[in-house]
Amino acid sequence: MKMVIAYIRHEAFEPIRADLLVKGFPSLSVSEVKGSGRQRGITERYRGAELTNYLRPKVKIECVVAGGDVRLVVDTILKHARTGGVGDGKVFVLPVEEAYRVRTGEAGEEILQSHPDAASNA
Amino acid sequence: MTTLTAAAEEINSGDTAWMLVATALVLLMTIGLGLFYAGLVRSKNTLNTFMMCVGAIAVAAITWALVGYSLAFDGDAKLIGGLGHAFLSDVGFTPRDGTTIPHLVFFAFQATFCIITTALVSGAVVERMRFGPFLIFAALWSVLVYAVLAHWAFGGGWLQAQGTLDFAGGVPVEMGSGFSALAAALVVGARKDYGRQALLPHNAMYVLLGAGLLWFGWFGFNGGSGFTTGDASVLAFTNTLLTPACTLLVWFILDLVRNRQITAIGAATAIIVGCVGITPAGGFISPIWAMVLGVVVAFPCYAVVAWRPRTRVDETLDVLAAHGVAGLTGIVFIGFAAQQEWNGVADGLFYGDAGQLGSQLVAALATPVYAFGMTYILLRVLGALMPLRGSATEEAIGMDIIHHGEEAYASGEGAILIRADAPSDGAARVREKV
Repeated sequence: MKMVIAYIRHEAFEPIRADLLVKGFPSLSVSEVKGSGRQRGITERYRGAELTNYLRPKVKIECVVAGGDVRLVVDTILKHARTGGVGDGKVFVLPVEEAYRVRTGEAGEEILQSHPDAASNA
Repeated sequence: MTTLTAAAEEINSGDTAWMLVATALVLLMTIGLGLFYAGLVRSKNTLNTFMMCVGAIAVAAITWALVGYSLAFDGDAKLIGGLGHAFLSDVGFTPRDGTTIPHLVFFAFQATFCIITTALVSGAVVERMRFGPFLIFAALWSVLVYAVLAHWAFGGGWLQAQGTLDFAGGVPVEMGSGFSALAAALVVGARKDYGRQALLPHNAMYVLLGAGLLWFGWFGFNGGSGFTTGDASVLAFTNTLLTPACTLLVWFILDLVRNRQITAIGAATAIIVGCVGITPAGGFISPIWAMVLGVVVAFPCYAVVAWRPRTRVDETLDVLAAHGVAGLTGIVFIGFAAQQEWNGVADGLFYGDAGQLGSQLVAALATPVYAFGMTYILLRVLGALMPLRGSATEEAIGMDIIHHGEEAYASGEGAILIRADAPSDGAARVREKV
């Protein structure tokens, strides 16, 4: 099992979400985050003060999938999040040791995403 | 009223006091509209949306003082007024003809109408139109569209001359803004994410608060449009309470039937629709007919609000539905329910004068054609001279940062001061590296 964590532009989220749904990966978490990277800051002015804000808003996606699905999920994210400009974001893949479904106590890869063959069990 | 002394005697202090207050109330509506609109857009465009309303104050108050007022209210030529009052010439402390208030107060009251109407049109182009071109558009629109329609309906122009009744601005304000908004949305084009992503209101509380402030200000808008503290003003004032209340209740029911839930954004919309509906009719129909109007006006507006997002026309904040269609309904409704017993002026169809309905229908046809046509041409010409909207990237980042260099909800975290009273070398170096 792997966790895919992606920091992306806001506008990239909807296409990624839609594509992952179609490909059978409905389960993910999203949060609004701020971060700084190579993307240049935004200059703002408030009354007399001029400042540059290096923390830019991004969307963070967390998605745990079976090891064999990692390539597909990462490629989907890369495809939709890439504009070619600095600030497109980053994707990380982390190992996951265990996973449990709270409602039933089931464990293992089967609980991660509702694949078509898993849907009949619902 | 032609000599100074005779005129001075005609000023009524009660009327003047009320009109001073009413003018301030109407100006507050533009700020309420800013809140209402700002709550309806995404958070990254909050300030820009509000600033379009603030910008309308800056621009339209000036154009109105320089030429707009004169073109609307000088003389009774059919199509447009003269330049006799340009630069506020002959607008002083003596009463405006036909009123008991100083000409200056009459001017200021009418100015706040021009301002709010100009601000209303911005609802069609928020979240993508560039701020500079909007200000230029607003300046020209306030003269070429608003002042002309105000002359037609209020200033002795051809609509007023042929008997159209419009108490507080169904023609210039409501239909004028609504059908101009449709043209503006068509020329400027849809937001890049329109129809592809859910574009949700970011703060429903602002929307409700803005609608509440608008309603509050509308008592000055309608109640002041009699220019006295007399019967017509009192009638319009009370009707401004009754009509929106009825629209609210009907909107609740329509929401329930359609979605099984009564929505807050829907309620805010209903308040606007009700206030708009009674705007032209306020001083002309009885309180009971005003309540009926509140019921009637909800249906076409609800239908257009529900239908418009299914089209490719990104008339973003539904100015057409809430103002154009509601104003048109109110104008036509006068033709049925006007009652001389209440207004002392004219009867509608229900009270024996079918001709009044005809006069109302003429306004209901001519106003949309002029407002739509003139706004369309104006924006096409402007668009040929300068880009009306920014790039897709700018739209993604948001209008607040791109056009104003500010955020509505800035946290300050991660920011480095680069130019304060005593600039530091460190900050300057950081800037060089970026």
